[in-house]
Amino acid sequence: MSANENGSVTMTGAQIVLQALADQGVEHIFGYPGGAVLPIYDELFQQDRVKHILVRHEQGAVHAAEGYARSTGKVGVVLVTSGPGATNAVTGLTDALMDSIPVVCITGQVPTHLIGNDAFQECDTVGITRPCTKHNYLVKDVDQLAEVLHEAFYVARSGRPGPVVVDIPKDIQFMTGTYKGVSNSQHKSYVPPREGDQAAIEAAVEVMAKAKRPIFYTGGGVVNAGPAASKSLRELVRMTGYPITSTLMGLGSYPASDKQWLGMLGMHGTFEANNAMHDCDVMICIGARFDDRITGRLDAFSPGSTKIHVDVDPSSINKNVHVDIPIVGDCAYVIDQMIAAWKARNPSIDKEAHARWWDQIETWRKRKCLHYRNKSDVIMPQYAVERLFALTRGKDTYITTEVGQHQMWAAQYFHFDEPNRWMTSGGLGTMGYGIPAAVGVQMAHPDSLVIDIAGEASVLMTMQEISTAVQYDLPVKIFILNNEYMGMVRQWQELLHGGRYSHSYSEALPDFVKLAEAYHAVGIRAEKPAELDDAIREMIETPKPVIFDCVVDKTANCFPMIPSGEAHNNMLMGDDLTDEDIENAISEEGKVMV
Amino acid sequence: MGQPGSAYSLEKPEQKLETHTISVLVDNEPGVLARVIGLFSGRGYNIESLTVSETEHEAHLSRITIVTTGTPMVIEQIKHQLDRLVPVHSVTDLTVCGETIERELALVKVAGVGEKRVEALRLAEAFRAKAIDASLEHFVFEITGRQSKIEQFVALMQPLGLVEVCRTGVAAIGRGPERM
Repeated sequence: MSANENGSVTMTGAQIVLQALADQGVEHIFGYPGGAVLPIYDELFQQDRVKHILVRHEQGAVHAAEGYARSTGKVGVVLVTSGPGATNAVTGLTDALMDSIPVVCITGQVPTHLIGNDAFQECDTVGITRPCTKHNYLVKDVDQLAEVLHEAFYVARSGRPGPVVVDIPKDIQFMTGTYKGVSNSQHKSYVPPREGDQAAIEAAVEVMAKAKRPIFYTGGGVVNAGPAASKSLRELVRMTGYPITSTLMGLGSYPASDKQWLGMLGMHGTFEANNAMHDCDVMICIGARFDDRITGRLDAFSPGSTKIHVDVDPSSINKNVHVDIPIVGDCAYVIDQMIAAWKARNPSIDKEAHARWWDQIETWRKRKCLHYRNKSDVIMPQYAVERLFALTRGKDTYITTEVGQHQMWAAQYFHFDEPNRWMTSGGLGTMGYGIPAAVGVQMAHPDSLVIDIAGEASVLMTMQEISTAVQYDLPVKIFILNNEYMGMVRQWQELLHGGRYSHSYSEALPDFVKLAEAYHAVGIRAEKPAELDDAIREMIETPKPVIFDCVVDKTANCFPMIPSGEAHNNMLMGDDLTDEDIENAISEEGKVMV
Repeated sequence: MGQPGSAYSLEKPEQKLETHTISVLVDNEPGVLARVIGLFSGRGYNIESLTVSETEHEAHLSRITIVTTGTPMVIEQIKHQLDRLVPVHSVTDLTVCGETIERELALVKVAGVGEKRVEALRLAEAFRAKAIDASLEHFVFEITGRQSKIEQFVALMQPLGLVEVCRTGVAAIGRGPERM
């Protein structure tokens, strides 16, 4: 590294990478070495500003970076090699794209003169990752490397966040070039909006003020907009007194313990949230995207409502559902603008209508849609999550999940009062997300309680990352609801395919307690409701990684449920279903949907 | 229960298809065209015509002109999706932005002798197409105009011995003194 006469610093490409990471405030990166990134690993070895966490598979590196990013609001950083390193990262990158998680993934590439040559461990990384990243770069000039890296961080965290890949050929890592620091000048083409259009906000507030049956429907965008946005959301919701529901991704931005909270909406949302969405006259959607898991049958989605939609990404507006008042802007700014406009207007709202609306909501609440039949001889999975929630209350807890029934039970029975506490794969639905995400969360919050609420099938997809947890003394808790089935697949086979359980039963599961021991972690098993509480307490108090094998009822289904192809007000409830109901739950047309 | 319709019936049948000409100003960097095309193929949009060339050499800016069809909702999506690509500077829907001039250039090869050959040349004159290559058996005509004019010319050449056609795709610009 040397400074020349005009003050610019020259260094190797690998040094530029480390310098850029340090200048971006990166403290941790998740990665796996290989031939095409060895010069960067050599630089990593010779410095102590950036701590590297060695994962066991590149998919795990990206999920760990996602968990890190979601729980801190910072950009997660990944370093992997060319070829298989990059292709293994693709699932994680797609996951981050679908859930709008800021990740910068640096991939090694074969030397520039070998690109296109079918060289060893070569793949077309920018070609493969183009549709699964927000943006990507192949750096062929070492003098542009620093600028590209800084731009990658800017793109990853700005506007609607997402994953960005920077592909760096090995010869560029060795070459000497000029380092440029972080620039404050505006990007030449990518400048996402911040404040929303004032006229649209005034119009929205006018509609909100006149509403008789209003509802707030919020999503992951509020979490992505930072803690200030969640704080503002609380102020706005309390100021209006209107009910609020949220998507899976948005849980925690509004406290679940609050009386205005209706619970999650959507396919496995609550009866009150979905019915309120269906019957509302004004819907205020903030940072959500009318996903198919949310809307159910589109032509019957909230038919009578005026819809307001706040989103930083204009392509999310009017994509699935026609919106009456679109507001393009960052939630963190727009919610404050709405609060100001509401205060300025000081509206006299129709108290009588709102009292009727809340009465109606109370009748839906009384339906107690999350009620399930508990058993004394076998642990019900819902009960296990309820006990886990009760026994971790008041603790500094972060929850990750895998994908499936356990994920929905976690969303239904574990309640979040703060944002950034809930890490789950919503958009892509990636089984195997939970353990590596928990590793990333625990890395960022070493003294907190980090629990992966898991299923035994999902958890086996990335089980090797428990080895990462052990290596770095990360006391993550893997709480497996073990029903020996791919539970959600089994549930759909029961509802759609006449109970023909094609390949959804795992006949040769490992002994999870012994598996934990083999990894030098701690294994705990609970098989009876009576022993559950003590076992959970033991797990919480163990200062090491724990795999908790919670043996649960094998055939429990996740209810309530909007069957595919149905409307919000046509829900299946868990406690009053007959066999015939289950048989006829999903229409012929609905059977072709996912 | 048992009604058809779902989250997946995105395109409502009553919505009419519209054809729009969209002009996109992009950084002329490797992969930018792949991003635009990948967006169309990945999301199932149609490309009827696509023209691209660097138009501002110092700023390294290229202009991509895309003719696409879709429902109004899909056209709106296409514009927003294009606009959120990082190297895209601006997206202008020329179809809704006032009056637009659209031109396409085609090279049309026609082979034939005798009366058909004379007729081809006569029609070419009527369409102000130039013969830019000729032998005793063939012509290559260069014709410029709106897409409909070219379609018409090609159709007329069909019975007169049309061999092959090469078209550039549409170039389009707004009328008046303003920049897009």
